[in-house]
Amino acid sequence: MEGEVVLLDFWPSMFGMRTRIALAEKQIKYEYREEDLRNKSALLLQMNPVHKKIPVLIHNGKPICESLIQVQYIDEVWNDRAPLLPPNPYQRATARFWADFVDKKIYDLGAKVWRTKGEEQEAAKKEFIECLKLLEGQLGDNPYFGGKDFGFVDVALVPFYCWFYTYEKFGSFSIEAECPKLIAWAKRCMQKESVAKSLADQEKIYDFVLQLKKALGIE
Amino acid sequence: MDMGDEVKVFGSWGSPFSRRVELALLLKGVPYEYIEEDIFVFENKSPLLLQYNPVHKKVPVLLHNGKPIAESLVILEYIEETWKANPILPEDPYDKAMARFWAKFLDDKCLPAIRKAAFSPENEREEAAEEVRDCLKTLESALNGKRFFGGDAIGMVDIAANFVGFWLRIIQEVTGEELLSVEKLPELFKWTEEFVSCSVVKKCLPPKDKVLDVVKARVAPK
Repeated sequence: MEGEVVLLDFWPSMFGMRTRIALAEKQIKYEYREEDLRNKSALLLQMNPVHKKIPVLIHNGKPICESLIQVQYIDEVWNDRAPLLPPNPYQRATARFWADFVDKKIYDLGAKVWRTKGEEQEAAKKEFIECLKLLEGQLGDNPYFGGKDFGFVDVALVPFYCWFYTYEKFGSFSIEAECPKLIAWAKRCMQKESVAKSLADQEKIYDFVLQLKKALGIE
Repeated sequence: MDMGDEVKVFGSWGSPFSRRVELALLLKGVPYEYIEEDIFVFENKSPLLLQYNPVHKKVPVLLHNGKPIAESLVILEYIEETWKANPILPEDPYDKAMARFWAKFLDDKCLPAIRKAAFSPENEREEAAEEVRDCLKTLESALNGKRFFGGDAIGMVDIAANFVGFWLRIIQEVTGEELLSVEKLPELFKWTEEFVSCSVVKKCLPPKDKVLDVVKARVAPK
């Protein structure tokens, strides 16, 4: 059933982390291949000709692109264990909505927080916190977005946790002060081996972004 | 599904996104009540819409037995999972993943490019038009000789591509920019004709002259 599974990825990518978590949750053995995004491999360009981006999941030689599509694919193929989406269509729709919300908002706002300064940065920080508070509201008193169990929205969002340190340092703010429930949720997720092993070290992310800013000529 | 099913769609006559939802319901023979929202003036949005979609405050919203779902592609997946007639997604997980990929490509890349080509100031339009042509060339590759993206019948990708099938030609007419030519994109062009000829699609398109007026009002003069 497993076949051959390869993941083309880049270690700081929150999107790649989603797929790593899903694969780990399902205990799927796979080959992890690190891509140098300044020197993309022929395989990456062949497997994702449309976007030329990571992550790319290759299952028995066939590529699947876009992290949330990969997570759903993994959930559907390996449907005998650790379900990530619930069986009820309305709950599935709710999960897809919030995962889509994370996609639409968190990455771009987070990037603005570390890339910009002054008024632009302040506006980004404000909106970023507003979005996290909305997510906190959705979490409610549940241990996970999936309810009792770790699920699709948890997978979609938790990789950003290892980037929070970077956002906080560049933005001079504390996410925990604003969203304590969300941080508690993230720490709870980090107790899971699939998450702890898939997320990058937050200090390494910070160093990476420092280097990136220098390379991009952003102060 | 059962006799007690209550389905409502909050939409806007000119919105390709709410038309997607209506198309899927029509295709599956699901009766629904349609509620028109004025999306052009924010203050006119109904309290119900704001209650059912507090996050984005947009159409479409599907209300099924009182429970709201927002975001057209999320709604399409819900419709597919709830009403089994005339499936719009393939069963095979890989083919399903490919359909989702192309639906996302349409929304993430094609649509913003088309909006730019339509509504940018004149000096930016040619570059934006080139971007659209590239997107459409890529999209065309997904057809791969088939009549529809979904194969012999329309599927989720065809539904998601409704703005390419209908709205794009109107934008072309108004801006005078050639975006989808039969010479350069013969397969995709043929698809647009197949798409608008579908009886179920025909039931679900806005009146062309009304859309023309709206686009004309928004496009900066050439």
